Amino acid sequence: MAERERRQAPPYGGVFRARTRVMDRSDIQRAVWRMAHEIIEANQGTEDVVLIGLQTGGVPVAVALAEALTSIDQAEVEVGSLDVAFYRDDIGLRPVLPEAVTDIPWDLDGRVVVLCDDVLFTGRTIRAALNALADYGRPRAVQLAVMIDRGHRELPIRPDYVGKNLPTRRDEVVDVNSDGVDLGEMVR
Amino acid sequence: MIGRHLLEVEDLGGAEGIEEVLRLTDSFVEVSERAIPKVPALRGRTVAWLFYEDSTRTRLSFETAAKRLSADTMNFSVGSSSVKKGESLRDTARTIEAMGIDAIVVRHASAGAPHRIAGWVDASVINAGDGWHQHPTQALLDCYTIRQHLGGIAGRHIAIIGDIKHSRVARSDVEAFTALGAEVTLVAPPTLLPPSLDGWPVRVSHDLDAVLPTVDVAYLLRMQRERMTEALLPSLREYTSTYGLTIRRAELLRPDAVVMHPGPMNRGVEIAADVADLPCSLILDQVRNGVAVRMAVLYLLLGAGTSLGATGPTDPSGSPETTQTRAEEATGE
Repeated sequence: MAERERRQAPPYGGVFRARTRVMDRSDIQRAVWRMAHEIIEANQGTEDVVLIGLQTGGVPVAVALAEALTSIDQAEVEVGSLDVAFYRDDIGLRPVLPEAVTDIPWDLDGRVVVLCDDVLFTGRTIRAALNALADYGRPRAVQLAVMIDRGHRELPIRPDYVGKNLPTRRDEVVDVNSDGVDLGEMVR
Repeated sequence: MIGRHLLEVEDLGGAEGIEEVLRLTDSFVEVSERAIPKVPALRGRTVAWLFYEDSTRTRLSFETAAKRLSADTMNFSVGSSSVKKGESLRDTARTIEAMGIDAIVVRHASAGAPHRIAGWVDASVINAGDGWHQHPTQALLDCYTIRQHLGGIAGRHIAIIGDIKHSRVARSDVEAFTALGAEVTLVAPPTLLPPSLDGWPVRVSHDLDAVLPTVDVAYLLRMQRERMTEALLPSLREYTSTYGLTIRRAELLRPDAVVMHPGPMNRGVEIAADVADLPCSLILDQVRNGVAVRMAVLYLLLGAGTSLGATGPTDPSGSPETTQTRAEEATGE
């Protein structure tokens, strides 16, 4: 789970308590392989495709997808990372600090960017990411891959590739980690 | 954690606070390297410059930083303003603030002027140099530049050479460097040292040739001829021969040592013309990093919201309860 989410899910300063294991390690691996196949199908291969993981939770998702794409398509796929702090719409309302430095060392003009994140929730992070991408060039297309779509969208944003659709309550917290995906809540 | 104002290095909150600014600066260095080096982080915020003293790099650097954060900027140069008609510092500052300013960047010839202004206005006040006192953003950019080139500051040996007495840069740098664990040696003729060094965590030397082979950083200060009201030196030529970084002296430096200078340089006085252009000179890196460091400072004071809890809500909608409800509604993914 991103440090940001840990800090900002009520009750503040609490710790995450897992209630249900939603996916285990092999479920994630299967979902990654399926999503990789879907990316290849939708783009007729991996030419021009770059994966950009959103800091911090999306980066391991992007890396896992890249490994799968490489072994399926036998071609190297570039992976970058993006921190959207400076593009968020809640600057001034709450503490907003970047968690890592953005790493997009190539020109995005004409490329197909697959944004990768762990959990899709309100859609506000993706909105910020779309604005940020525009400052790096003009991609031919931007697609969205997420491990978990938990609903509660506040903006007209939908994912192209989903690991798992997970209906949640607003006050629940989804934690995607290297062992699997847990559903739970923050407790004092 | 940084508060509402940045008046002196102490406001940064020691090593931890300085490191936080340097970490954030990494992100802004990345922003500065992009094709479109601009982010919308401070859209709708306004920053005003209140410069009672001449400056090129600090002012341009702050201006570039604010614009790259999408803040609006207002220029105020004393020469063409009501100050000429006798308006007081207090009235000037409050007049500027009444126009709806979020931050005022102050440079003044008198030590403490930014502190006074901070007591009069609600806007954030950033000290861009007050008299002989402090220049905190210069200290931050120096720390960042050293960290960038030497990998870290802790345990490094830094010599600050030249006119320490009149230098706000030296005072801020000593605080910041030692807070981060560097050893600092001041090298200057006795007349150019402050009357008392009680409590300064530094060593003092009058022999530049002996110090140079031991340092990682040779930090040269400008001879501030405009602040020298008494005869402190027999002549500039004599100063150059004993304390100037000549080509011959630069050869005493270790191969991995670097040379820094806050600018503007008096080439041929404290630094030989050729030394300033050697590969080990980081003088232009300092200028380049200055923009990113000032972006980090402006963002921390105006945008990051790290002081929202510390100083209370900055706008009516930011009261604790509404903030909490909004946080619940808008917790990101």
